[in-house]
Amino acid sequence: MTFWDLLKLSLATFRTHRMRSFLTALGIIIGVMTVIAIVALIQGMNFEVERQISTLGSNTIYVQKVAWGMGQIDFDELAGRPDLGLADAEALGRLRSLAHVAPQRSRNVNRITHRGEKVTSVGLVGATPAVVHTVNYRVETGRFINTDDSLRKRAVCVVGPYIVDNLFPEVNPVGRKLTIEGRRFTIIGVLEAKGSFLGQSQDNIIIVPLSTFDKYFPEPRSRRERIFGGITIGAVPRPGVTVEQAIDDMRELMRRRHGLGYDKPDDFAINTQDTLRELYQNITRVAFIVMIAVAGISLLVGGIGIMNIMLVAVAERTREIGLRKALGATNRDVLWQFLLEAVLLAVVGGAIGILLGLGIAKLAEALAHLKAAAPFWTILLGFGFSAGVGIFFGIYPASRAARLNPIDALRYE
Amino acid sequence: MPGQPLIRTENLAKVYRTGKVEVRALCGVDLEVGRGEYVVLMGPSGSGKSTLMHLLGCLDTPTSGHYWLDDRDITTLDEVELARFRNRQVGFVFQSFNLLPRLSARANVTLPMVYAGVKPRERALRARELLEQVGLADRADHRPNELSGGEMQRVALARALANRPSLILADEPTGNLDTRTSEEIMTLLDNFARQGNTIIIVTHDPEVAAHAGRVVRLRDGRIEDDDRPPSASRDARTAVKP
Ligand SMILES: Nc1ncnc2c1ncn2[C@@H]1O[C@H](COP(=O)(O)OP(=O)(O)O)[C@@H](O)[C@H]1O
Ligand SMILES: [Mg+2]
Repeated sequence: MTFWDLLKLSLATFRTHRMRSFLTALGIIIGVMTVIAIVALIQGMNFEVERQISTLGSNTIYVQKVAWGMGQIDFDELAGRPDLGLADAEALGRLRSLAHVAPQRSRNVNRITHRGEKVTSVGLVGATPAVVHTVNYRVETGRFINTDDSLRKRAVCVVGPYIVDNLFPEVNPVGRKLTIEGRRFTIIGVLEAKGSFLGQSQDNIIIVPLSTFDKYFPEPRSRRERIFGGITIGAVPRPGVTVEQAIDDMRELMRRRHGLGYDKPDDFAINTQDTLRELYQNITRVAFIVMIAVAGISLLVGGIGIMNIMLVAVAERTREIGLRKALGATNRDVLWQFLLEAVLLAVVGGAIGILLGLGIAKLAEALAHLKAAAPFWTILLGFGFSAGVGIFFGIYPASRAARLNPIDALRYE
Repeated sequence: MPGQPLIRTENLAKVYRTGKVEVRALCGVDLEVGRGEYVVLMGPSGSGKSTLMHLLGCLDTPTSGHYWLDDRDITTLDEVELARFRNRQVGFVFQSFNLLPRLSARANVTLPMVYAGVKPRERALRARELLEQVGLADRADHRPNELSGGEMQRVALARALANRPSLILADEPTGNLDTRTSEEIMTLLDNFARQGNTIIIVTHDPEVAAHAGRVVRLRDGRIEDDDRPPSASRDARTAVKP
């Protein structure tokens, strides 16, 4: 008996039991679909997040009050931490292991206007010229803020493309004025577009000199501000100094400045690209575990469904098995017939699941502005898993069929 | 091997055990059938005819005794060799036709060739030839439920002949048919016999028995009577009515 004979045999069964075959394959379809969709989305997100993280500047170290992350937050402890200030930035700037130190402060502002046009919810950043070394801001037209702007606390700003698109769609904005919460600023430059991250634009940003920021927008003393406020100090190690060495120096300096005894924990946080990466990986790890659980359960349920339907098929077709054996089928012929049927059921279900999963990923891509990428290995994995389920759950019914005695099977009612 | 009988059994016995009950279906059957012989097996219901046929057809294994088919001791064969014997050496015709309902007449006839590994083109040619032989060339694409009882049994006959077996076994092949269609089937079987095939038929019909050269009677699992002519195979052929 050739493979084609077997294949035709199995396909004929699906033709006669369309609905039954489909319902049996449903578990596999759902399982594989889930895996493919989630892997595709996570892959797409990984790609995007990695791109975003790398724009931070690969070896920039941030000193802040609060660590990036999602662990348990003790608000009272955080509220008790001292604010970081310009003096801290200056002290860090004197460390020999650091090449650049740039303090910055940011908050959300809501009334940005120009001749009656208005945008809301914009990130306002107060920064020093050195910030171009710590954050990858690139100026497209005009210039960035300089030392002179800082010293004179000039009311000048560099705006993101989002501001330009909404307030100056037709004209070059450089040299024009806009009003930020009632204060008039002159635009001196426009930033390059950075795109969006998880559907959120990274381009609705306005950068002003830090000194100007502190003069015009003193911090409101809400509890939230007391915890999360204060400046962020970005630092870049000198060439030849590793990020780890720089962190050690910075930590030691900050602990000394805060007068912390050796047994006291840090009352500040040092964040890097790796912190963000770890945070992100923690989130996706959970997604992966959930995915594996969902997929595992559906594949298990699907496999049990296949085993059940194959046992039914063997019982229903006992006489057929007897007859085939009477006509010369070997145990192995019968085993292959039923095993192939189970595997085909699972693999066809797997193929449908792969297609649906890719479809869902594409849909999510369109709806959530996310890149989805299903690498080839996920498709192989989908096929591999469904074939594995087919073999694992099909082998018992098939071997039961194969072991039937021809005449007993023929007499079966 | 000329001179050697095609079938030889020695003290062949079959005991069925269902729970505590033992049924001795066959108790010590010694039978020899030469090549080209046309044998009718008769006996009352329950005398062990079907049991014997199943053993001769390698569909079942005896409880004790020996069975040589074509000089091979069947009781020593493994599962794969038995399947091969059922496939190549034996053509079995059942009372209840036993066609696969979802397959066409052609596909049913092809089945033994599929398991014999015959090439698809050859299979198709042979299937057509066989269906022509039983007068069903125009019914090749019909499914069993579109055929009459006589036609179904003719398909089954064609199937039994597919791999040119050395032995044709027919267990009450006309048991489910009316008189007229029974005669059609018997005519076909007579033709096969005339062509030199070895045939064993189980029947209750004395008319049918009259076609054969030799009648073996079973009773309670034993051969009660075997009116074997002196030179079996020659007489088998001359005994066939023209
Ligand atoms: N599978 C079986 N299990 C138990 N007893 C059986 C089985 N097959 C046949 N028998 C018994 O064996 C005896 C012979 O049966 P069988 O060979 O079918 O007789 P026949 O074909 O001559 O009518 C009967 O008594 C029957 O009940
Ligand atoms: Mg019988």
